Amino acid sequence: MTRLAVRKTYKLYINGEFPRTESGRFYPVRANGGDLLANACRGSRKDLRNAVVAARKAQSGWSGKTAYNRGQILYRIAEVCESRAAELADELRRQGASAVEARREIDAVIDRWVYYAGWSDKYAQVFGSVNPVAGPYYNFTVPEPTGVVGVVAPEEPSLLGLVSRIAPVIVGGNTVIAITSESKPLAAITMGEVFETSDVPAGVINLISGLKSELVPWLAAHMDVNAIDTTGVADEAVAKVQQTAAENVKRVVHFDGASIGWDDARRAQSPYAILDFQESKTVWHPMGM
Amino acid sequence: MASELLIPQSASGFVPGAFRRSLGDALELAHGVDAVAAEERAASLAKRSLKKDAKVWGLNLAISMIDLTTLEGKDTRGKVLALCQKARRPDPSDPEVPHVGAVCVYPTMVPFVKEALRGSGVKTAAVATGFPSGQTFTSIKVQETRETVAAGADEIDMVIDRGAFLSGNHQKVFDEVAEVKEACGPAHLKVILETGELANYDQVRRASLIAMYAGADFIKTSTGKVGTNATLPVTLVMLEAIRDFHHATGKKIGMKPAGGISNAKLALSYLVVLYETLGRDWMTPDLFRLGASSLLNDILMQLRKERTGAYQGPDYFTID
Repeated sequence: MTRLAVRKTYKLYINGEFPRTESGRFYPVRANGGDLLANACRGSRKDLRNAVVAARKAQSGWSGKTAYNRGQILYRIAEVCESRAAELADELRRQGASAVEARREIDAVIDRWVYYAGWSDKYAQVFGSVNPVAGPYYNFTVPEPTGVVGVVAPEEPSLLGLVSRIAPVIVGGNTVIAITSESKPLAAITMGEVFETSDVPAGVINLISGLKSELVPWLAAHMDVNAIDTTGVADEAVAKVQQTAAENVKRVVHFDGASIGWDDARRAQSPYAILDFQESKTVWHPMGM
Repeated sequence: MASELLIPQSASGFVPGAFRRSLGDALELAHGVDAVAAEERAASLAKRSLKKDAKVWGLNLAISMIDLTTLEGKDTRGKVLALCQKARRPDPSDPEVPHVGAVCVYPTMVPFVKEALRGSGVKTAAVATGFPSGQTFTSIKVQETRETVAAGADEIDMVIDRGAFLSGNHQKVFDEVAEVKEACGPAHLKVILETGELANYDQVRRASLIAMYAGADFIKTSTGKVGTNATLPVTLVMLEAIRDFHHATGKKIGMKPAGGISNAKLALSYLVVLYETLGRDWMTPDLFRLGASSLLNDILMQLRKERTGAYQGPDYFTID
């Protein structure tokens, strides 16, 4: 007797839920050979808007958690990635990676989560300072999260690229709306299921698949987004994003993964990637209090 | 129609006694409500989507219908003055945005509001009659109403005695509304049914009709102080009661859903339900209000999004 295979519907991940795009649209995801792998949601500007609302709502709660707790949750993501490694690797393979490449990428993904999990209760000591000032004041500087961050993930590596950019953002207490790789979104979308089962509060990470040319201008212009990571934006489009982002003085961060190398653990991961999405607050405190 | 002769259309021309106030007439119209149909209809109307020019028109109309409200124990003169500024000029960067319908406060704040709104066209509204529970003596409710009107309120939002209503003492509810209406004098009377406490749509309809026959100029869903506030189906049921009352008497009663209407999309849904139930005649701040506080900023954000093409954030709007 033959059995009908049950195939997974690739959906968005917004506010801890897996909705289809409100627009009802989809686009075909094809393997290198051109075979149809799946239909992914072609997210719309309204999905993006909903994701920003969710991210804003989640931000104060997330940054209010203790650094220790955030670190635990990031480590939990690594654990769940490990147990779902086979599924993620399978998706990478279907999108064109060899078995060895796929496994190497998954290992790097897991290690990256662990790396940033470890930094959660340490970056503030490294980047914060007690400042000598010419007066009877106690003066110190602490890093605080920028807020709601939009991340445009690179096309490749589709999973490691996404994780390398969002892990330093969320470990610092920001919440994130990420636009996944347009050509290879499958493993990235499955990461949403990992987040959902890793105690990541709803809205802290939101994933939108779709056409970058359609989504990025809305993300760049959104007045309630405080920073944008243009790593996955095509080179010729970056200037336009920077221009639009100036409207509400968004921070614009760009990581040139292609020339630095995503695999190179010494260069592709760094506490400075956390600092990119932190604002320094300096406090003057009267002596003797 | 004989009733047109009896019933003056403006509140200022209201002559107590000229209107046939009859609890019997009210209860005669108070048939049961098909709850499933009401909810279905409200849900289907809420799906209607307004775009572009129609959306901007609807949002501006909604602003002009807002009763900008602050009803907190910690309200101060400073806070209501800030609110009044916002009421006069919701978005200083956009002169196209109209002023809101009214500012709604507790009685002691009325003089400040009256002063701050002078010449603006924005009405001063105040809650009275032992708001929000209504569990006080009728004489005190009447006295409170008189003093609040004397302090300058153009509109009084009273609560019905839900305890009396739910225990079947409709006469007491009816009499209280009638007495408060008299105490209002020239001021408009909005009667709050607190539908969240009325258990079902039949009761909502009955309370609506009792309030209207007793002399209400507006009926209003909620105080905003209990768990369940205005909902679309409840509003639909009340609007249908207003329609039936209008058919029976020729008098136009206003409607005010309040509480829980916090975003622009929902406000537009209320306007759709209003239009489909009572038609164009009621699409005016004189006959429809939205009781809200956070709604205004959301509408302003939507309007600015339509103007600039970029989604907006709350950082760029005043905190009320």
